[in-house]
Amino acid sequence: MTSTPLLDASGVAKNYGAVAALRNASLSVLPGEVHALMGANGAGKSTLVKILTGAVPASAGRILIRGEARDVRSPAAARRAGLLPVYQEPSLIPDLDVLSNLRLTGTPVEPFRAWVRELGIPDLDIRDTARDIPLAVLRVLDLARALAVEPDVLLLDEMTAALPANLAEKVLEVVRRQGDSGRAVIFISHRFVEISALCDRATVLRDGETVGVVDIVPGVEEKIVELMLGARIVKTHVAARGANQAAATAASRPRLGVRNLRFGTKLNDVSFDLADGEVAGVVALEGQGQDELFAALAGSIRPSAGAIEVDGQPVKFTHPIDAIRAGLAYVPGDRAEALAMQRSVRENIALPFSAALRNWGPINMRRERAKVVSAIERLRIDTRAQGEVQRLSGGNQQKVTIARWIAADARTILCFDPTRGIDVGTKQEIYKLLRELAGNGKSVLFYTSELEEVQRVCDRVIVIFGGRVVDIFPVEEADEPALMRAAYGLPRGAKADIGILADPHSSSPETSDSPGTTP
Amino acid sequence: MSTTAIQSVPLGRRLKRFMADRPLIPLIILLVILVVILQILRPGIVNERWIANTIKFAIPLAILAGCQTMTMLTGGIDLSVGTVATMSAFIMATQVVNQDPAVAFLLAMMPAVLIGLVNGIGVGVFRVHPLIMTLGTSLIGTGCLQVYQRTVIASGAKIPDFLAWLGTGLTYGVPNALLLFVPLAALIVFTLSRTGFGRLLYAVGDNEHATRLSGVRYWQVISALYVISSVLAGITGLLYIGLIKAPSLSLAEPLVLPSVAAAVIGGTSIFGGRGGYTGTIIGALILTVLTTLLTILQMPEGARRILFGLIVLFVTAAYLRIVEER
Repeated sequence: MTSTPLLDASGVAKNYGAVAALRNASLSVLPGEVHALMGANGAGKSTLVKILTGAVPASAGRILIRGEARDVRSPAAARRAGLLPVYQEPSLIPDLDVLSNLRLTGTPVEPFRAWVRELGIPDLDIRDTARDIPLAVLRVLDLARALAVEPDVLLLDEMTAALPANLAEKVLEVVRRQGDSGRAVIFISHRFVEISALCDRATVLRDGETVGVVDIVPGVEEKIVELMLGARIVKTHVAARGANQAAATAASRPRLGVRNLRFGTKLNDVSFDLADGEVAGVVALEGQGQDELFAALAGSIRPSAGAIEVDGQPVKFTHPIDAIRAGLAYVPGDRAEALAMQRSVRENIALPFSAALRNWGPINMRRERAKVVSAIERLRIDTRAQGEVQRLSGGNQQKVTIARWIAADARTILCFDPTRGIDVGTKQEIYKLLRELAGNGKSVLFYTSELEEVQRVCDRVIVIFGGRVVDIFPVEEADEPALMRAAYGLPRGAKADIGILADPHSSSPETSDSPGTTP
Repeated sequence: MSTTAIQSVPLGRRLKRFMADRPLIPLIILLVILVVILQILRPGIVNERWIANTIKFAIPLAILAGCQTMTMLTGGIDLSVGTVATMSAFIMATQVVNQDPAVAFLLAMMPAVLIGLVNGIGVGVFRVHPLIMTLGTSLIGTGCLQVYQRTVIASGAKIPDFLAWLGTGLTYGVPNALLLFVPLAALIVFTLSRTGFGRLLYAVGDNEHATRLSGVRYWQVISALYVISSVLAGITGLLYIGLIKAPSLSLAEPLVLPSVAAAVIGGTSIFGGRGGYTGTIIGALILTVLTTLLTILQMPEGARRILFGLIVLFVTAAYLRIVEER
């Protein structure tokens, strides 16, 4: 291809303090193409998108638009340069009606209406307040608003997430046609089926660097997974853990049973068991329903269908206290969500003790102290700054959120990405602790965004994609490439030549052939 | 005593650190300074009688400020305390004419419990902002009291002897009101530091979501809190009518905003999660002494108020600077 790229970014870097979110990213988009931007969690996709759309300034790098160097300093400047993003979060102002929202951005109304009809929503009243419009429709309106100003480069971030199948199909059709008219689309998606059906080329990011640009041809997804993993492609094998035996014998009556759980569009059908003495890993890309799964198990949200069983008995949780009474303790990924930051370590650990009405009376300080101290010692929390939890380091804060449930002696711990953003030493301690808990007959459900953690900690891995359990691995098969493939919804053991691109069902974005669970 | 200890260490950072660790000390120093100024302006005014009087007037303010402290710890506020105190005082004074004192007491406490419950349910269940909720119930309460006043206008009012004794009496020069206040204050301090309920007040104000994840039902805590706050306000009303001895429809209203100020001066954060009752008690004493000080300055009412407001702002800002220095 000889034509000048519409957008050509090279050597883009971005540092947040000492942390490099992007090191050396490049992206070149030709006229008329739909270009996929891919990368595992934390590879730098969102940072690159923010830089391209002027939301954050780059620390280094060169961005050419139609061959001219442009300094895109604000979203408005990006818009003038012909670059328009549609983000995952709806961007209409909820308290204004659609028409006022259009005026706010100077979007012409008639083209907008035409696009809305084109995208499969024939009966939109543009006088409706944005707040009253369902989420899926709002995302389509965002897209229509972007299309109406005819941008040269349209940037779509997980556009089809949260869309019902009929709308998603229309959206993909429109995106594909966008390429025909000489414009370009940058398409960010976790779904290989969409990418294979839609895109011409893909740029793959890993650890803040562009590691490859590939043409989308049948079988390329193996290559993409390889690029995303990099050196980590080496297959590792670990022996099955002893706990597997325990799990197998206890399988007749699992500690926790999840049956066909559904929640809105986020959780479509999730079933699995968790046995006593087991650490079960959950692996999923961002936003595949894992948040909702944990929230439902913690009693924070009520599932719309399906059942949760504890020790074989069906349970209904209306408040987290119900889950806690059933012995399920939830450790959220965001520490700020679980801690009273101005209070002491002791009060934070002892918080669940006072929760029930009957425990509102005088506190037995000596007994509380004994329990808290033993939990602090077990997790080796650094208590030099124990007066206020906010003065502790991130790792120590995370330990406090876990210590709380050790002190409360919870039987099942639901850990949501407990090692996010903490130091390596503390990570090791947390791995060890989770194994110890399992050794003591407790059970742990462990979501992690770092695939390498799975083989260190888990007995079994549950892979979720698009709100469904797509695979359950025994730990000895759960090496990073296998998990990465499964997390992208690719069937296990797929060879390069019979990848999903060759699959006859690939036209449906919902395809997630689960090749059965482990025997 | 503690002042000499401070002077012996070098000034600067260590002093600030010391104050930050013991937030009561700067408050006590301020109180002493105010008393000294008073003594300089009017030599001889600070005597046993003056102290007893100051304490008598500070106690109702301190109890109402206790209501504010507890509600502010959860990030709330209770503006209905003035109305509740007035209602219980007014009902007590009018019902005791024809009723047994015990019955009159129960009748007097009824609106307190009721308003507290409505506040608690409004804030805890329906999530109305506490400022709006308590302001609303306060207005409703005032309206009800005006209606009630017409029905009792004929029978007149009297102050029960016991309340007068409690409100104004002295035993060996010590105000009798301390008999009520000391156990009450001890109970509040104990509740805040050593009971599950007290812990929850701090935790809810600091991070409500975290308490929910720990199994705390927000509405239970908030409902109990506002009922307790209202009952305390009702008791204050009875004490206050024994002190003022003139029932009126706006008896305790002037105490509402000073009670908020006392809690804030005492170091309780209006954003929740931080503070305590001992600081509030000293805050109430500071405000009472300040009022006396401004009264003897013989300046016009308007100027006095302006000065009062400025001093409250200045003291609070200075205090927060000292205590939050890290």
